[in-house]
Amino acid sequence: MKIVVCVKHVPDATADRTFTEDGTTDRDAVDSVLSELDEYAVEQALRLTESGVDAEVTYLTVGPDDAKDALRKSLAMGGDRAIHVSDDDIRGSDALGTSLVLAKAIERHGFDLVVCGMASTDGSMGVVPAMLAERLGVPAVTHLDELAVSAEDGSVTGRREGESATVRIQGTLPAVVSVTDRSGDARYPSFKGIMAAKKKPVETLDLTDLDIEPEWTGGSAARSAVDTTAKRPPRTKGEIVADEGAGGVGLAAFLTAKKFV
Amino acid sequence: MAEILVLVDHVDGTVRKPTLELLTLARRLGEPSAVFLGPGADAATDVLGTYGAQKVYVVDAPEVAEHLVTPAVDALAQIAASSGPGAVLLPSSLDGKETAARLAVRLESGLITDAVDITADQDGRPVTEQSVFAATYQVTAHVTEGVPVITVKPNATAPEPAPATPVVEKVDVTFGPTATATRVLSRTPRVGGDRPELTEADVVVSGGRGVNGAENFAIIEALADSLGAAVGASRAAVDAGWYPHSHQVGQTGTQVSPQLYVAAGISGAIQHRAGMQTSKTIVAVNKDADAPIFELADYGVVGDLFKVLPQLVEEIDRRRG
Ligand SMILES: Cc1cc2nc3c(=O)[nH]c(=O)nc-3n(C[C@H](O)[C@H](O)[C@H](O)COP(=O)(O)OP(=O)(O)OC[C@H]3O[C@@H](n4cnc5c(N)ncnc54)[C@H](O)[C@@H]3O)c2cc1C
Ligand SMILES: Cc1cc2nc3c(=O)[nH]c(=O)nc-3n(C[C@H](O)[C@H](O)[C@H](O)COP(=O)(O)OP(=O)(O)OC[C@H]3O[C@@H](n4cnc5c(N)ncnc54)[C@H](O)[C@@H]3O)c2cc1C
Repeated sequence: MKIVVCVKHVPDATADRTFTEDGTTDRDAVDSVLSELDEYAVEQALRLTESGVDAEVTYLTVGPDDAKDALRKSLAMGGDRAIHVSDDDIRGSDALGTSLVLAKAIERHGFDLVVCGMASTDGSMGVVPAMLAERLGVPAVTHLDELAVSAEDGSVTGRREGESATVRIQGTLPAVVSVTDRSGDARYPSFKGIMAAKKKPVETLDLTDLDIEPEWTGGSAARSAVDTTAKRPPRTKGEIVADEGAGGVGLAAFLTAKKFV
Repeated sequence: MAEILVLVDHVDGTVRKPTLELLTLARRLGEPSAVFLGPGADAATDVLGTYGAQKVYVVDAPEVAEHLVTPAVDALAQIAASSGPGAVLLPSSLDGKETAARLAVRLESGLITDAVDITADQDGRPVTEQSVFAATYQVTAHVTEGVPVITVKPNATAPEPAPATPVVEKVDVTFGPTATATRVLSRTPRVGGDRPELTEADVVVSGGRGVNGAENFAIIEALADSLGAAVGASRAAVDAGWYPHSHQVGQTGTQVSPQLYVAAGISGAIQHRAGMQTSKTIVAVNKDADAPIFELADYGVVGDLFKVLPQLVEEIDRRRG
């Protein structure tokens, strides 16, 4: 079967991220990396193949030139091949535009299972997997912390801890799934993996290859617009006291002054 | 005035608080119409009316009884097509966001998720506020195309009553082929307990790896009960199995924004901060004076939580006499 794993290249979440004047992410301000939460998606796809599901794993990213790094990192963890969709007319896309490009690339490649992270670490909307399912006309089985695929009965089953209940959900293949950071720790690429990744094929596509009109994507096609961005003032460090036996009493006094007691 | 559709989040007809917040926000934009899916609408209509719903659309079909996402999308898309609403508001829950995502694609409409506030511009159109990049930026945005689809975080506003007597309209929805393609095999509801829900609480007391054991969470719970607070936990505490995952605060847990957040035995990693740094007041107890959590704290005690917390509870009791 064909597994496509969607991996996003994002500004490093541990660095100070900023916006440019037009309200888009400033990609030059900090280094970009494979979105940490997508490592879990890569891991789950690899575990499926290791558990005996006969599958080819393809990574897919939509992003500028250096987004290839996210593909190389994924390929170094394992998997077979990668697709990089890059085009100037994609810049500034909203979630709808991004999901359109991803869906067209997935359709072109063919798929039985699409595996995504639960959310990116930049936009962190957590909606692209459901948008892909809608565009591809297949079930979405999302936010899973456990995932099982049965090629025989053509189903994908998973466990999701929701806000008010834990549910076990099942969808018929083909399907889109997303996995959480509780689905299982992601492996580190080995030296051998890194060397092998250099030889794995990475196909680069643009909008023409995907039969997408330029006006369907990018900032001008975005159906939402940012009006203002403002950095929150950093929190000012408050009073820090060492406990010399009355730390709890002092804290109670603070909470009383703040009217919490 | 434009009709504003609000998807009702309920458990067997008991409407959850985030829906009342959505109705309150919807009134800033137009006339709220609640969209109620599944059985129990009769019980819910009163409370929906109390918070300003002028209309309640009821879709009580077997397909939605299990609250799968796709039937909700079919229902909302159909109601939106006939009512031409000014916006669709949904809760920022897992199901709410997934419904919004599919709906936005189907309506070819712009989508904004996790709004923490909504106001109306001079033409009455919604302008949203979001807290992004691990809550280091505040962004205002608006939808430029289609019916704005917006998901709103719990606690974005306080529910305000505005009594109305809603018109109830039963809707027959034609469900598409994907409506039944995902099945719920089993559902284990969470046992709530007496404490407030994490997302709704004014005060949250969280414990981390420093709590050092499931049994020691009793110390965190004791302080929570003393302050009428919800209990939170860091991922380290959750991963160790000391507290249920549903209480995890942070990037991949729940994001909270209470009046008061107490972090005990939590270092303050970026992923944890992403879920709590918009709290109004932050208090930390940690034995390491260099713990990053102190950079955010309005008041911090460098000390052993096993000494500081029990003393704090005792002193609160004493002050209350
Ligand atoms: C701070 C910020 C706020 C934003 N707010 C909005 C908004 O309100 N509305 C809106 O429409 N857009 C918004 N965007 C743009 C939106 O984030 C991007 O279009 C984005 O690519 C899709 O959303 P996401 O990154 O949040 O993805 P999510 O839905 O969080 O991503 C889930 C998964 O989808 C896959 N995925 C997502 N993007 C890609 C990609 N480019 N390549 C490969 N796989 C991918 C990954 O597996 C990922 O783990 C915002 C962007 C930023 C940086
Ligand atoms: C993709 C990803 C997502 C993540 N999402 C989240 C998330 O949603 N939420 C989250 O919390 N984390 C998340 N993390 C984990 C995060 O990076 C940290 O590992 C985690 O927050 C650490 O938890 P902690 O502060 O309890 O533990 P530690 O960092 O180990 O800190 C324990 C603290 O307790 C103090 N301490 C120890 N004993 C005592 C005592 N007796 N009295 C007082 N203080 C004491 C120590 O000084 C220390 O500062 C995520 C990580 C990744 C990679």
